[in-house]
Amino acid sequence: MPTQKPRLPELPPELQGTVHIMPWDRLYNWSRKRSLWPLFSGLGCCAIETICAAAARFDQARFGMDVVCPAPRQADLMIVSGTVTKKMAPQVVRLYNQMAEPKYVIAMGACAISGGPFKEGYNVVSGVDKLIPVDVYVPGCPPRPEALYNAFLALHARWDRETIRSLRWYQKDEDEGIPVPALGPDLVDWRLTDKIATLGEK
Amino acid sequence: MAEEIQISPPTAELLSILEERFPGAAQPAECEGVVIAPDRLVEIATFLRDEPGYVYLSCVTGVDYPGPTARFPARFEAVHHLFRFQGGSLTLHVHADRDDPVVPSLVSVWPSANVQEREAWDMMGIRFEAHPDLRRILLWEGFAGHPLRKDWQEPYYEADHKPFPSRYPMGRPVPAEERTLLGRNLQYPPDWSPAGWKLQAEVPVYAPMDERAAEGGRPMHTDQVVINVGPQHLSAHSALGIVACLDGETIQRLEPVLGYLHRSHEKIGERNTWLANMPFTDRLDYMCSMSNNFGYAVAVEKLLGVEVPERAEYIRVIMAELTRVMNHLISIGFFTNDIGVYLTAMLYALEERELIIDLFEMASGSRMMCNYFRFGGVARDLPEGFLPLAKELVYERLPRRVDELERFLMDNEVFRARSIGVGVLPADVAVAYGCTGPLLRASGVPYDIRRAEPYSIYDEFDWDVAVRDGGDIYARFAVRFEEIRQSLRILRQALERLPDGPIQAGKKQPIVKVPAGEVYGRVESPKGELGFYLVSDGGPNPYRYHIRTPSFVNLGVIGELCRGHLVADVAPILASIDIAVGEVDR
Repeated sequence: MPTQKPRLPELPPELQGTVHIMPWDRLYNWSRKRSLWPLFSGLGCCAIETICAAAARFDQARFGMDVVCPAPRQADLMIVSGTVTKKMAPQVVRLYNQMAEPKYVIAMGACAISGGPFKEGYNVVSGVDKLIPVDVYVPGCPPRPEALYNAFLALHARWDRETIRSLRWYQKDEDEGIPVPALGPDLVDWRLTDKIATLGEK
Repeated sequence: MAEEIQISPPTAELLSILEERFPGAAQPAECEGVVIAPDRLVEIATFLRDEPGYVYLSCVTGVDYPGPTARFPARFEAVHHLFRFQGGSLTLHVHADRDDPVVPSLVSVWPSANVQEREAWDMMGIRFEAHPDLRRILLWEGFAGHPLRKDWQEPYYEADHKPFPSRYPMGRPVPAEERTLLGRNLQYPPDWSPAGWKLQAEVPVYAPMDERAAEGGRPMHTDQVVINVGPQHLSAHSALGIVACLDGETIQRLEPVLGYLHRSHEKIGERNTWLANMPFTDRLDYMCSMSNNFGYAVAVEKLLGVEVPERAEYIRVIMAELTRVMNHLISIGFFTNDIGVYLTAMLYALEERELIIDLFEMASGSRMMCNYFRFGGVARDLPEGFLPLAKELVYERLPRRVDELERFLMDNEVFRARSIGVGVLPADVAVAYGCTGPLLRASGVPYDIRRAEPYSIYDEFDWDVAVRDGGDIYARFAVRFEEIRQSLRILRQALERLPDGPIQAGKKQPIVKVPAGEVYGRVESPKGELGFYLVSDGGPNPYRYHIRTPSFVNLGVIGELCRGHLVADVAPILASIDIAVGEVDR
């Protein structure tokens, strides 16, 4: 059985062609698809590829991502482009907390996904998803700009399935943010405190 | 500058001079150089700097020999590499007790020792006596242990050397997370608990600034403010932190905060096999992977003693010089970004870079991380169609575009106003701080390793060392433009004369047998002197793998450059030093 289309009001003939009627969700998703502002933050090698993706040959502006802002308060998308080290981890979490909802995270490259070639390193976090939630993973070392674009398209496809009602921004409960890890004898993730405390007993 | 000396004294001759002046203080070392008694080190270093003219301290690091072995007793060794601009090198070893390693600091003789001794303290735990400011530099204050000690194990530790037994042969690999108690790359001292613990890591970062602020003598009634720039900043070049103490808008004291991209390069390198380190060197200075490959290959080939076929040498030079062109283009582009033109002017530079990247991709299969060099040659021959494209680029397009870019930039009113007379680095300060690359040559010191100590086949080409006198930002970019032209000149000769023949000495082999010994191999990477200090114990892995990177040492001088300037000048000065954070933090 075909799904029932919502009934739209009749348009007067003189307005047809100039006025478009659509559900809120579609309008919302259509507009934010074309005005995505990524956070300008680089953590390593992949940052150079994000710059190439923004430059003339690949031309990120085609996706409406012309504004690359270095301030997290204005950004919608965080591209974690490079190795997240333990020393940088507090800053990464703080940046994520400062971004306004709705916010999305792309883990770009092997290091951001799992630690990559540097995984065994003592100062490397094994993937940024240990710290903040990730929406799209882009494999590669570094991924080509085309691969990054594929991630943007994957985000767009996901937004098509999202409704404005479920977005966190429009919810009543307050977002506490993720507790910012601290630098102790090693990285201290406050969400693991109980586990760390039981370590000594073992 | 050093006085001219007629004969370059080799180590044996120098030893006899030292024996005469400082009886009993210097002995020949097992492998290379001399062993100096710790209590005479500062005296001897001052003598070496002032009289035979070893004015340039290139590299300071440490080596850990944990247990008494057949070759070495248990001890720490601090290793200093000295060079003379007239040619000639010297390695100083200082032995220290394994349980309480103390070595006299050489900061009073060469300020370039400052950051490198801090690094050795951070990584190795060697205490440098009389160092003015011995704090951790790459990790943070409070980190448990000194990670490059041989008996320090990381949380994901599996075995001392690769290939790990769980992987090879026919092993069943277990994910690293499952081997740790927390399921994370974390470990804590046994008696430590997060309850009641207080954050200390940032206190030492700001403490020296507060001291400075407490000093009196303010001419006007202004407040002194400590500000942070980065690690998240538009001109932080990835993740570099800067802490500055301001009086009004004038910088009184400034120092970089490093380690935000410290990826444990050296610890991983000492677990890897020799060849497996090659792709890791790509990721040091991620804009010039070919040059990094070159440095590592040159260093290991010195140990191996292999002869590289002529065609391979030519291909290497072509790749290294293309990398230099590319790096200087990016550096110029990023600079325009940092003086506030944002992305627009950078597009001109990045457009040409893409074309060079295409060539790299043709040859190596990857845009950025080329992993193209092998010990005794290169990984594969140039593909069909490479030469015509390269020639078109080198003969036609790049010279035209570089002229255009130079006209846009160097004649530009705004650029001149922001760069002439800003961040002036006098020649003697540059040498004392160990600066290399365009930063040094812009201060009027014509020192280029390709000319001073020719490696590969650089002595076969006809080219000039680019040098300027100004020492300011403008001179640095003038040197970069000139270097692009000289690189194109080398490229034209290399492309014209490229011979046929094999590209690899001997057979390709995944496991290289490297004889025991130590070596310091260095090349002129686009950013300066890239040195690899390698110690081999004859096994399949490097015993010590230390990288002396140009960005790290050049960055040590930024405090001097910025003092007295305005906050707005920090970003252009930083961009003119031209750093890659992957290389600074390793």
